[in-house]
Amino acid sequence: MSTRLATGGRLLETGRAVNFTFNGKRLTGYEGDTLASALLANDQMLVGRSFKYHRPRGIVASGGEEPNALVGLGTGARFEPNQRATTTELFDGLTATSQNHWPSLEFDVGAVNSKLGRFLTAGFYYKTFISPRPFWKHIYEPIIRQSAGLGKAPKDRDEDKYEHFYAFVDVVIIGGGVAGLQAARAAGQAGAKVLLMEQTAHWGGRAPVDGGSVNGQPVDKFVDEIVSELETMDNVTLRTRMMGAGVYDHGYVLGYERVNDHQPDAPGPRHRLWRIRAGQIVTATGAIERPLSFAGNDIPGVMLASAVRDYAVNYGVSIGDRTVVVTNNDDAYLTAITLKNMGLDVPVILDARAGGGGALADQARDLGIRVENGKGIAKVLGGKRVSGVAVCAQAGEGAVVEEIECDAVAMSGGWSPVVHLWSHCGGKLIWDDAQAHFRPDVDKAPTGAQGEAFVAVAGTANGHLDLAAVLADADAVGKAAAKATGFNPKRKAAPVAEATQAAPVEAIWLMPQGAGINLRMKSWLDYQNDVKVSDVQLAAREGFESVEHAKRYTTLGMATDQGKLSNINGLAILSDALNQPIPQTGTTTFRPPYTPISLSAIAGQARGEIFQPIRKTPMHSWHQENGAHFEPVGQWRRPYCYLQSGESTKTAVHREITQTRNSLALLDASTLGKIIVKGPDAGKFLDMLYTNMMSTLKPGKCRYGLMCSENGFLMDDGVVARIDDDTFLCHTTTGGAESIHGHMEEWLQTEWWDWKVYTANVTEQYAQIAVVGPNARKVLEKLTQDDISADALAFMSFADITLAGIKARAYRISFSGELSYEIAVSASEGRALWDKLLEAGAEFDVTTYGTEGLHVMRAEKGFIMIGDETDGTVIPQDLNMQWAISKKKDDYLGKRAQERSHMTDPTRWKLVGLETTDGSVLPEGAYATAPGTNANGQRNTQGRVTSTYHSPTLGKGIAMALVLNGPDRMGETLEFPKVDGTVVTAKIVDPIFYDKDGEKQNV
Amino acid sequence: MLILTCPSCGVTGEETEFHAGGEAHIKRFGPGSDDDQFHSYLFAKENPKGVHFERWRHNNGCGKWFHAARDTMTLEVFGTYPAQTLEPPKQIRDKITAKHPGWKWREFS
Repeated sequence: MSTRLATGGRLLETGRAVNFTFNGKRLTGYEGDTLASALLANDQMLVGRSFKYHRPRGIVASGGEEPNALVGLGTGARFEPNQRATTTELFDGLTATSQNHWPSLEFDVGAVNSKLGRFLTAGFYYKTFISPRPFWKHIYEPIIRQSAGLGKAPKDRDEDKYEHFYAFVDVVIIGGGVAGLQAARAAGQAGAKVLLMEQTAHWGGRAPVDGGSVNGQPVDKFVDEIVSELETMDNVTLRTRMMGAGVYDHGYVLGYERVNDHQPDAPGPRHRLWRIRAGQIVTATGAIERPLSFAGNDIPGVMLASAVRDYAVNYGVSIGDRTVVVTNNDDAYLTAITLKNMGLDVPVILDARAGGGGALADQARDLGIRVENGKGIAKVLGGKRVSGVAVCAQAGEGAVVEEIECDAVAMSGGWSPVVHLWSHCGGKLIWDDAQAHFRPDVDKAPTGAQGEAFVAVAGTANGHLDLAAVLADADAVGKAAAKATGFNPKRKAAPVAEATQAAPVEAIWLMPQGAGINLRMKSWLDYQNDVKVSDVQLAAREGFESVEHAKRYTTLGMATDQGKLSNINGLAILSDALNQPIPQTGTTTFRPPYTPISLSAIAGQARGEIFQPIRKTPMHSWHQENGAHFEPVGQWRRPYCYLQSGESTKTAVHREITQTRNSLALLDASTLGKIIVKGPDAGKFLDMLYTNMMSTLKPGKCRYGLMCSENGFLMDDGVVARIDDDTFLCHTTTGGAESIHGHMEEWLQTEWWDWKVYTANVTEQYAQIAVVGPNARKVLEKLTQDDISADALAFMSFADITLAGIKARAYRISFSGELSYEIAVSASEGRALWDKLLEAGAEFDVTTYGTEGLHVMRAEKGFIMIGDETDGTVIPQDLNMQWAISKKKDDYLGKRAQERSHMTDPTRWKLVGLETTDGSVLPEGAYATAPGTNANGQRNTQGRVTSTYHSPTLGKGIAMALVLNGPDRMGETLEFPKVDGTVVTAKIVDPIFYDKDGEKQNV
Repeated sequence: MLILTCPSCGVTGEETEFHAGGEAHIKRFGPGSDDDQFHSYLFAKENPKGVHFERWRHNNGCGKWFHAARDTMTLEVFGTYPAQTLEPPKQIRDKITAKHPGWKWREFS
């Protein structure tokens, strides 16, 4: 069993006990524990079930690479799934629950999958669930959904706070081990502005556990001193609990700081996302120990040798009383020596190398530990816990020579430098055959804006596994980084560490070398996704030879740990199966983030009301106070309708329309885009932008125009008013103001840059009120002395007038079909005029109407709406708007495109009106069916609904639609199937349903 | 995330301050052009691995369009220059030649 030792625990404050729960069980740990070390101290080795086979799984590692110990943390609004126990610092009141098991962790029904392992091989899902087809929906999918998956998504809104930080530094150093610390000192002493981040709560990385001496003193003393020195340097920022999440183009780094995860009730944000720009980035990210592939290497109690050592030294936790060590390198001997020195039993060290280890091996033997060279594990004995190992010769096929009782296995398959951050932005790797790992190719670093290398790598991450070499390398890299950012490094010598004499590692990818299928089927590569040696070999046999294909086919390395333990082992097995060297197979792509970061940290403060800015018109508060039911239109909030007591939106819209058509109504049209186009060439420019002729427009007059993209498709429409010879005011749609202004600028700046034209988007400078209805003129006449009679201010003209004492411009334009004026005033006077108009309109029973009333009334008039009748594939000709396309102009944007054969095809669907035969409202986007089926066996179609409403004016459902040969088929009936299986029939009619001759708007 | 310098206002900013606008130095073909010319103008765009000329707009800054010459593989930016030109300036072409002797991009080299 795993337990807490009486001595040891470098990081613990044993005077301060901490209470927490795991699956409801009350447990106790110490301040300084991680959740993983505290669970182990309480003999809670079993922490989860595997993804596919639901096999019992225990803690394997001691850091961010942990694949098994994923738990749900917290409750309610603070619940978070899939958190690694190894990187979770213990605090009083912590609540953890295990995942992926039913009904309980100890007894899991899904474990029956394990018995089916023979059938659940690579590509299992693809192969098995193909047929019969109906089985997928009713049988396969529900079962897979029930049995697969890790943690459950939180249900409540996250109640914590998160924020973003921006930082600009000369040198960012990722990793606070001895290499990172020394690189920071070297760069800092040169005067560079340095940011050093460490993902754990402690400085020094592995060095204090692994031991050694620097400048004649123990390495942990060296770490304390260098940290103290860095803390006194003003140009150096130190951050623990902050991970380098990703390295991006041109020196951009994301740092993920877990500010308060370990003290959830402290003030301040929970996480902080640092967005950093750096001149140079140094990755001092160390290395990760690899597991060995032997049968049963996933049984709880089998752990990385370095992790066994970490738990013993840092937390005073023994994984077992009797620990068998199995290795292919010297480093694992340190674990055996450490355990032995703590009084624990190490029955044997199985060194797979025929030649055995170096100096450390001698030391182990001197301590009386039995060392067996050329031996390995045939299989681990035990179910939910290791009970022993069967020993075999590494060179053989697994014939058991001896069984040894033990309750823990410490394994080491060698060390892989953490190259993720080096690789994120294109840094290349080389295979180091002597050390059996990939390490950065320092000559092929990611390059920046000037073509310079902007990432450097230091220490163990650079392939230096010896403390002396690590410090020398880190010092040189720190100095070089300072120099690259314009500083002069000091001529100080690097700290000197004692070099060790290690025997070389031997690449052992399968144990034993000739393991048969029964062993290979129990040799796990990827613990989290349940991928075994046999799965990768099967993938290779089935032709998935590219490492990226094999990854996706087997799911190797696709779990939340992104294969930190499994990738190298997996691609070595793949290379072996393909009979090619490892570098030829290559690695899969390393993508940020290094370990998962919270979505909330990415969102930062951009949540709720400040998710994005909300644009409000000058009359917004009136709308709010008067029952407005708002809808978003771009970033604007516009009233959809105004609810009076007891009204539904439907009845409110009905009332608003009836009132408008009968008497008088106001619409807040301030959101309409308004762009000034000015200059001697303004007319010529607008002739290019609009399909119709704008240069012939007389000052004081208005003209409706269409704008197309160079592709020919209709993109915006609106009324243009000519203010004077040089000046036009172009109205755009509400959503189009910014993009149309951008469109104008693009053509002016990049194509016709010699034309004398200036544009300005004045949308927010004006409030605009549409005064609409038969009594519109009467109410305006009450408020002005100016002549606004039908003769003085005719339809499609405008005049500058004084209205209620306010300087205003009145455009006589109509989008409703009624007598209508759109009054523009300074934004600051919009609300005042709105109030005056309501006051003066009282005698006409004035109402206000919203966007839905606007939409229905324009549809009754057959006016198109950009975004309804258009969708980026519609040209003006489809909408029968040839009247708005000038035949006199040689050119306009979209003209050439509209001459293309597909655009002139007579079978393009054309705009018509529709009236349902039963008076009901057609569903939005409904398709009209045609006889026969297409190549895919789907019903043929001959038209689709673009706008559909209930018309209160006509008392029935009306619609606009694009229909094959529509205008030639007036009076014909079309069928529109609905989702519920019923069919609505509708008659093709003229799209102008109301006041065909326009007599009402032109009075 | 790239860093670019706007040649119009001189600001050096993050990529989020700018907006990419596709290939640079495209000649417009309007009415009167044949189908091949028009198709090529509208749709046939360069997508090189290496030297490339692009249009960018400083849309969250001064609003001006400009051109950038850069390497799509190494992400090196050889330079930015105003959009009101029909060809890359000699100085930038020389800089590219120094890094990529014999480079060619459409009609430029």
